[in-house]
Amino acid sequence: MGFETAFNQVNVTFGDFQALKDINFRLEEGKIVGLLGRNGAGKSTLLSLLAAYRKPSTGTVTIGGQELFENPLLMSQVTLSYNTDYSDETDKVKDMLDAAASYRSNFDRSYAEHLAEQFRLPLDKQIKELSNGMKSAVNVMIGLASRCPVTIFDEVYVGMDAPTREIFYKELLEDHARHPRTIILSTHLVSEMDYLFEEIIILKKGRLLMQKRSDQFLELGLSVTGATQAVEQFVHGMKRLSTRQLGGTTSVRIYGELSEAQHQEARNLGLELGNVSMQDLFIHLTEEEDNDAIEK
Amino acid sequence: MSMSFDEHKPIFLQIKERIEDQIVNDQLKEQDQIPSTTQLVNFYKINHLTISKGISLLVDAGIIYKKRGVGMFVAEGAKQKLLEQRKDVFVDGYILPMMQEASKLGITEKDIIALMQQVKGSGGSGL
Repeated sequence: MGFETAFNQVNVTFGDFQALKDINFRLEEGKIVGLLGRNGAGKSTLLSLLAAYRKPSTGTVTIGGQELFENPLLMSQVTLSYNTDYSDETDKVKDMLDAAASYRSNFDRSYAEHLAEQFRLPLDKQIKELSNGMKSAVNVMIGLASRCPVTIFDEVYVGMDAPTREIFYKELLEDHARHPRTIILSTHLVSEMDYLFEEIIILKKGRLLMQKRSDQFLELGLSVTGATQAVEQFVHGMKRLSTRQLGGTTSVRIYGELSEAQHQEARNLGLELGNVSMQDLFIHLTEEEDNDAIEK
Repeated sequence: MSMSFDEHKPIFLQIKERIEDQIVNDQLKEQDQIPSTTQLVNFYKINHLTISKGISLLVDAGIIYKKRGVGMFVAEGAKQKLLEQRKDVFVDGYILPMMQEASKLGITEKDIIALMQQVKGSGGSGL
């Protein structure tokens, strides 16, 4: 059975608020996907559909061509880790492991214990007594060790300090290499996580703004650096992301690809062309001004 | 090994060059296994698509080869091949910019040769 994931004309409304509007996309199985969007863009709503926590108001969500909602065959194939409220959780970390091992068919207990060690999780402590970062680490541990064909992390890093997040990213990449599966991560820590994603999906105000391979996404922008006058002349009429100036040198980041003739012109003007970051592009694309029309 | 990248050059080319450097410097010898894509992703914090793009240039050029299910290795004759490539671009990459800069500064060819002998004589710059 394949695990291609698809959203087909999905809408979600809460009362008269439309949280997701006409979402259509397909995810090939086996990739690490970044789901990006500002606060309130609809990331968590989209992921809760994917975990079958709720049913779309209209449209369908399918995995391997089968409708997902209340589908007993698919339930065990998807796991969603999110910022769970553990304030009353008297179970110990190891009880949680036992439970996960009993209801997750692919759960790898020894890998979970390896993760607990990496995160320095005390197995005998009650979960409610752990720090916020440790609680998040429990979620990551269960999420990764479940080895579900569709594994989702919804801003699961909350409360983790930087070294702990590093461990999370490293373990995620290594385990994905050993056991390829679809992993979807929602985040707004774009600059820190950009290298993890093979593909990205950007939501803006409940709509799908863009779905692209990350390398193709990064080609959507570039920086132009050189003498101020030459740079200004060259970027005239182009879509500008940001400008930095130091003395007589200006560096402008632009949105858009250049033709071969423009590359030649840049060389003739003595300008240096460079890369822009995923974060720069993300901020630009999700700014409040109305730029939805740029690209789908 | 530097962790940061030149922002004015495609990263995949820089990945390729770093692996080449390690072969030229004998940090990676022929038939040595090179780090896996995942190890490189974790080390450089660069997307695996970018890493793969750099690596496939090296595979296409016959510098490294893949053994299915085992990993990637430095090919026989890789170092020699790289040295020859580098000699081919030595003029454009080093001699030409040096001469352009020298002419800006009014340094003659004779001066350049004298300077080179001076540097060599002082044992500087790892010569």
